[in-house]
Amino acid sequence: MAVPIEHGLVLVALLWAIGLVGLLSRKNTLFMLMSMEIMLNAGALAFILAGSLWQQADGQVIYILILSIAAAEVGLGLALLIRLRQHISDLDIDKLNEMKG
Amino acid sequence: MSGLTLFYVSGSVAVLASLLVVTNKNAVHALLYLVVSLLALAMCFYLLGAPFAAALQIIVYAGAIMVLFVFAVMIFNINQTDIDRESQWLTWQSWVGPTLLVMILLAEIVFVILSHQNWSTNSLSMAQIELVDARAVGILLFGPYLLAVEIASFLLLAGLVGGYHLAKELPKQTDKQQGNQ
Repeated sequence: MAVPIEHGLVLVALLWAIGLVGLLSRKNTLFMLMSMEIMLNAGALAFILAGSLWQQADGQVIYILILSIAAAEVGLGLALLIRLRQHISDLDIDKLNEMKG
Repeated sequence: MSGLTLFYVSGSVAVLASLLVVTNKNAVHALLYLVVSLLALAMCFYLLGAPFAAALQIIVYAGAIMVLFVFAVMIFNINQTDIDRESQWLTWQSWVGPTLLVMILLAEIVFVILSHQNWSTNSLSMAQIELVDARAVGILLFGPYLLAVEIASFLLLAGLVGGYHLAKELPKQTDKQQGNQ
């Protein structure tokens, strides 16, 4: 069994690009948060690939740190979105520029 | 079926599911596709010789973080008007610019990755993938990376306190005025 490292890296780049397109073109903040999850996962896959390439556990350690970052980010982001939904009825990112203080 | 085929199949599933997440109008459907994408990536992790990371991906990511998303969507109370508004926002004009620019960047990085000749001749290439088990990860995590673990715990604490503070119900305006009097 052999996974060529360059194919894994191409998969990482593809997933990251999909996440970036979603982040740039969606207006709904919930979908933007989901796109950021996809991008974080692509980064995690890159670390696992590197850890597997050098037969070291460091990649998986960094993966666990990425996991905790994602958990904190999702918790805070969803709390902000719940507050946003209370103030304005939808989750439109364009309405955030009207926030004053 | 060899491990290589499994890797390509699960990678394709991850890419397709991510595409469906990004282009979906319904938030609940997009969320379920995101879970599929995460599970496919867990399969990739397992095939790359990281079963501990694969288990964590399923338990923590697809299990805990996505459940958080599902509960938030339930609180948002997504209905047909939201889906209609979403399809109003999703015009092809809004996709063209970002997609073109990101495709250029993607083509560049894929070209750079594939034109690097030393990957396969490297003695460290993935001729045979060996397992890096949870024991090695644990020893490393609570040895050289102990400070990072502590910082991650502070980060999670900050996320907890911030999430509680932001999502708790606002005091009623009348109560505030009564308090001032």
